[in-house]
Amino acid sequence: MPLMRGIGVSSGVVLGPAIVLETEETRVPRRTIQRAQIPHEMGLLAKAFESARIAIGQERVEFSHRAGTELADIFGFHERWLADPKPLKEIEQLIDEKLYSAAYAVSVFMRRYRRRFQEMASPFLQERAKDVVDIERRLLHELSGESRDELQGEGDPVIIVAHDLTPSQIVALDKSKRLLGFVTDVGGPTSHTAIIAAGLGIPAIVGLGNITANASSGDTLILDGTHGVVVINPDTTQKKEYAERAVHLQEVRANLAELREMFAETKDGYIVQLLGNIEFPDEVPGCIAQGATGIGLFRTEFLFMQDSGPPSEEQQYEAYKTAAEALADRPLVIRTMDVGGDKLMPGGTWEPEKNPFLGLRSIRYSLQHLSIFRPQLRAIVRASVHGDVRIMFPLISRIMELRQAKFVLNLVKEELEEEGFDFKSDIPVGVMIETPAAAICARELAHECNFMSIGTNDLIQYTLAVDRANERVAQLYTAADPSVLRLIRAVVRVGQRQKVPVSVCGEMAGDPMFTIWLVGMGLQTLSMAASNIPRAKKIIRSITMTDARRVARRVLSFETEREVLNFLRDETRKVWGDI
Amino acid sequence: MSSPSTRVEREVTVPNKQGLHARPVLRFVDLASKFDSSIRVCKRDTAVDGKSPMEMMLLEATQGTVLKIVAEGADCEKAVTELSRLVSDGFGEE
Repeated sequence: MPLMRGIGVSSGVVLGPAIVLETEETRVPRRTIQRAQIPHEMGLLAKAFESARIAIGQERVEFSHRAGTELADIFGFHERWLADPKPLKEIEQLIDEKLYSAAYAVSVFMRRYRRRFQEMASPFLQERAKDVVDIERRLLHELSGESRDELQGEGDPVIIVAHDLTPSQIVALDKSKRLLGFVTDVGGPTSHTAIIAAGLGIPAIVGLGNITANASSGDTLILDGTHGVVVINPDTTQKKEYAERAVHLQEVRANLAELREMFAETKDGYIVQLLGNIEFPDEVPGCIAQGATGIGLFRTEFLFMQDSGPPSEEQQYEAYKTAAEALADRPLVIRTMDVGGDKLMPGGTWEPEKNPFLGLRSIRYSLQHLSIFRPQLRAIVRASVHGDVRIMFPLISRIMELRQAKFVLNLVKEELEEEGFDFKSDIPVGVMIETPAAAICARELAHECNFMSIGTNDLIQYTLAVDRANERVAQLYTAADPSVLRLIRAVVRVGQRQKVPVSVCGEMAGDPMFTIWLVGMGLQTLSMAASNIPRAKKIIRSITMTDARRVARRVLSFETEREVLNFLRDETRKVWGDI
Repeated sequence: MSSPSTRVEREVTVPNKQGLHARPVLRFVDLASKFDSSIRVCKRDTAVDGKSPMEMMLLEATQGTVLKIVAEGADCEKAVTELSRLVSDGFGEE
């Protein structure tokens, strides 16, 4: 019943069997066993050899029909290799003498075996090494019980344990309808894995260090995403505690679900728009189900970060159109790609930078790579006929960047018009306020755009000069710092004076601690991970604007982030007990 | 030494371009396993079990490599004859 702590990035508590995904990049973790477990591991090993051999045999037959005898021969070799008593014996020896787990013993043996090929001089040894890698993968696949592919089928819901997961992997796993939650070795609270888990409302914990070494497929896990705790093979007391918490959470969720059709309206009648943040068009229905009245942030860079390379104009158009149609005239704010920093496109040409967050990222990258930027703008403009599409430019830090981006947008519109495409000519253009420079010069930006959205994640890191991914200073990263709050106030005021709508779309918008403050400041639109919407709505429906304004004023009088947080926690507890 | 020979060895040169990769190994091992005799394949100072695909793979044999096939047992004569023919025929490959 070991207990491991990580960073809870998506709340909720689940209990279920673990499946450890062995990615090709991850080495099999070194795992040793108790002497008493030797027969068990030996049994697993023998079974893995046996079932791998049978599986290959079946595939060999299949392949000889489809691909001729050549491939069948290769599989035939794998089959024969697995039937050879020698490797089995040597791996058994590793289990017996070194007390390695079956999987680890396989990987150690195979690594040594492969090294023998690497010592050879002949150019053909590479091919042999490949054959051997394939065998190794088969064996580890058998030992890990199940694979990603098999998750597509029917079966019990599971908790995925992995070194790391890519956004597209998570989406694929979620589609299987069998994903209870997931836990990973690496990642931080603002990693993409975390953002997507929150978006899908799947309990998740990242940054556990070495959960893949400690949990095995088939272990029972309790995953508490709210507190960032994983219990491996819980005892009866732990299971009982889990059951109680699960019932409680279910009740809370049921209460929130009732709110779905209601407005996010304060007791004295002020309505706040709660929008969803998404990475992929498939997430739209989930957002609407949580009560989102539109999408306030479509992070399009995730379309570009797929392994298959950057999407074509047509593929992007389809994605934007799908999202717009699913929203049926609710607003869809499409942010042009925000790459660079910690989000690198596979296949892109990246010069290593000393300070990536101060480097060629986001709108700067787009403006220097028009061959990528123009097709994206074309796709967005073309999608405008399918709904209430709006364009938003990220990381604008000077007015010239906004002007250049709008210039390219106008060029693209002219092109499309000449080519005879249909589109809305008055697509609203927005600016993300993510740098102190943009916040300070918000007035000038407001003159030349239709809306502004405060991206708090970047605004905080640039204002406080703190890298949120650097654990040595991460504790200095907080939305509650008076400097951040004052910059937000400045932008909100500009918006009110210039009659330009202002929203907040960073993680702060979905953090219940800040809901009252943001509403009291006069923000009428908050965009957040869909799973946070019911909670924000509940808080808004429990307060009056008069109270919220009082809270907002008071907060701005504090000198330290600690005072801010203590005060906001108390105020929030009055209306929402369980934060 | 008048009893029928129980140990036979023969040297043979690997003729095929790709040398001893997965498919030739499979052919060799399959054939070797049909005999009761134990089969060893030697290249200079390394010797591997001719019935073990795992060990055979470790034999660094490319085009032109001279291998010594050693068989010990009742059917050793037949084993060495057939196995060396398989090798010199290039394992039925190019």
